[in-house]
Amino acid sequence: MPSMLKMLLTAGLVASMSVAVAAKGFASAKAKAGGVAKVDPRGQVLSLSCSGCHGPDGKSSGVIPSFNGKSPEYIEAALKEFKSGERVSTVMGRHAKGYTDGEIHLIAEYLGTVGKKTK
Amino acid sequence: MSTNISRRDFSKLLATGVAGASLGLFGGVGTAFAAKYRVVVIGGGFGGASTARYLKKLDPALSVTLVEPKAAYVTCPFSNWVLGGLRTMPQITRNYAKLSGRYGINVVPDSAVAIDPVKGTVTLKGGRVLGYDRLVVSPGIDFKWSAIAGYSQELSESKMPHAYQAGAQTVLLQQQLHAMNDGGTVLICPPANPFRCPPGPYERASLVAHYLKQHKPKSKVIILDPKEKFSKQGLFTKGWQRLYPGMIEWRGPAAGGKLISVDGSSMSVKTDLGDVKAEVINIIPPQKAGSIAFTAGLTDETGWCPVNPLSFESTIHKNIHVIGDACKAGAMPKSGFAASSQGKVTAAAIIRLLKGQEPVQPSLVNTCYSLIGTDYGVSVAGVYQLSPTGIIDIPGAGGLTPIDASDDQLAQEAMFAESWYNNIVRDIWG
Repeated sequence: MPSMLKMLLTAGLVASMSVAVAAKGFASAKAKAGGVAKVDPRGQVLSLSCSGCHGPDGKSSGVIPSFNGKSPEYIEAALKEFKSGERVSTVMGRHAKGYTDGEIHLIAEYLGTVGKKTK
Repeated sequence: MSTNISRRDFSKLLATGVAGASLGLFGGVGTAFAAKYRVVVIGGGFGGASTARYLKKLDPALSVTLVEPKAAYVTCPFSNWVLGGLRTMPQITRNYAKLSGRYGINVVPDSAVAIDPVKGTVTLKGGRVLGYDRLVVSPGIDFKWSAIAGYSQELSESKMPHAYQAGAQTVLLQQQLHAMNDGGTVLICPPANPFRCPPGPYERASLVAHYLKQHKPKSKVIILDPKEKFSKQGLFTKGWQRLYPGMIEWRGPAAGGKLISVDGSSMSVKTDLGDVKAEVINIIPPQKAGSIAFTAGLTDETGWCPVNPLSFESTIHKNIHVIGDACKAGAMPKSGFAASSQGKVTAAAIIRLLKGQEPVQPSLVNTCYSLIGTDYGVSVAGVYQLSPTGIIDIPGAGGLTPIDASDDQLAQEAMFAESWYNNIVRDIWG
C-alpha cells in the first residue's frame, strides 16, 4: 500500500523534525553528512547507567547532584575533573576513570541535551 | 495507530536510506513503524522493569508487554534497612501503575510458564499466549533448597527465613528479631559464590547489629561463611569494630563457617566444628536462575544463563535476551544496579536489532552502597568493558570506598545511598 507508506514516512520525518527543533542541544552532537544529521549512538548507550544514581533524565532526589539542564561543556569539564581527581568525590572519580576522554565527550554531548528534551 | 505495512516493506524502506535516515536521527524516537514490533519482558524487578521502561523511553512506538505476577514489588535493596528499623515495608514497595498508566507499557499480572523459541511465543499461567519479536527474560533467582540438608522452602517460611527475596520473608525475619530475648544470638549463613548481592549478608549483619545495639544490647550476630573472603570485607570489618565492638563475629570456612545441615526443631545448625544454636537463624541458600530460565532451556550446566554481552541475547536461543541475576555477566555482580544497567543496554540493543542494525558497544556499570550504621556508608563501583572472554573490569576504574575514608566521607556515602535508592526506583518504576 504505497500511499500509506508515503504518509507514514512523512509522519515519521515530521516527528523527527519536531524533536530536532525541541532538542537544540543536539546540534553539537550531530555531524552533518550529505545534509543528513547523524548522531553517534554511543553517546546514548554510554550514558544509560547515569540515571541509576542521578535519577531519571538526571533529575535527582536527595543529595546526589542533578545534571538535568547542565550544558555539555559543564558536564564534560566535571567528568574530566572527577577523572583526574582535581574535583574531590566519593564515587564519581571511580566511575569517570572508566571512560576515555573521547567517551566523556560523547556522554557530555548526550547528557547535555537531556534537560532540553524532557517536558 | 494501526498500519498495514509488512515487515518486508519496512525493510525495503530502510534499505532506500530515506526512512533509515529519518529513523536514525534520534534513535528512532516516535516512529509509527516500530508499533509492529512486539517486545515481551518477563519479570518486573530491577532488570525487567528497567528494560520495559527504557524500551518505551527510547522508542515510544514499540509494543512492550511486561509479565509480572506480583501487583507490588518489594525491593531487596534497602530491605536490610527495614531489619535495622530505618525503613518500613511500604517505603521499599513499588508498583506498576506508572509503567502502565504513564509510560504505555502493557503490564500483564500473570506468570510465564513456557516459552517457544521457535514460534516466538510465551505461554502464561492463565492460559494466554503472547507472541514476540524479541523476548527479555529477567526472572531473578531461585533457591537450591536441597543444597543444605534439613533446609526447605517450608522451613524458610516457618522458622529459618532466607529473606533474600524481599517481602513476607523480610517481615518474618524482622518479627523474629523483635521477638528474641536480649542476650540471644542471630545466625546469618550466606552461601558460596556466585549469589545475589554479594555485600548483602554483611550489610544485613551490620543493620541487625544496629537494631540489637539499641534494643537488645547483650545480643550477638554470628556469620557462618563458607567463603574465605567476602565483598567489602575490610570496610565491613573496620565498621563493625568501630560501631558494634564485640557484637558481630565472622567465622570463615576454617572456623566452622561451612554448614553441614540445619535443624528447625532444635533451632541449630551443624558445622564441621560442632553445632551452633541460635534464637534467630537466617539461611541464605545457594542459588540458580529463576525457574522459567530452566523451563525454557536458557541455562547451562552452571544453572545460570550464558549470553552475548553485547546485547544480552541468549547464546542458546535466538531473539531471547536474559538479564539480571539469572545471566552470566562475567565480572558484573548480581545486583539490582547491574540488572538495571543490563536492562537499559538490552533495550537499546533490541531497538537497533529490530532495525537490522548491530548493537553499539555498551557501557556497563555497577554501584552498590552498603550501610554499616546511620552516617556510615560504604560503596563499591565497577565500570566494565567487553573482551573476547566476556565482560571484564576496566583496569584502574571502579573499586571501593578507601579503607582510610574520613568520617565525613562515610557520612556522605550514607546520604548518597539514600539518594541512590530514591533515584533508581524512580528511574525504573517511575
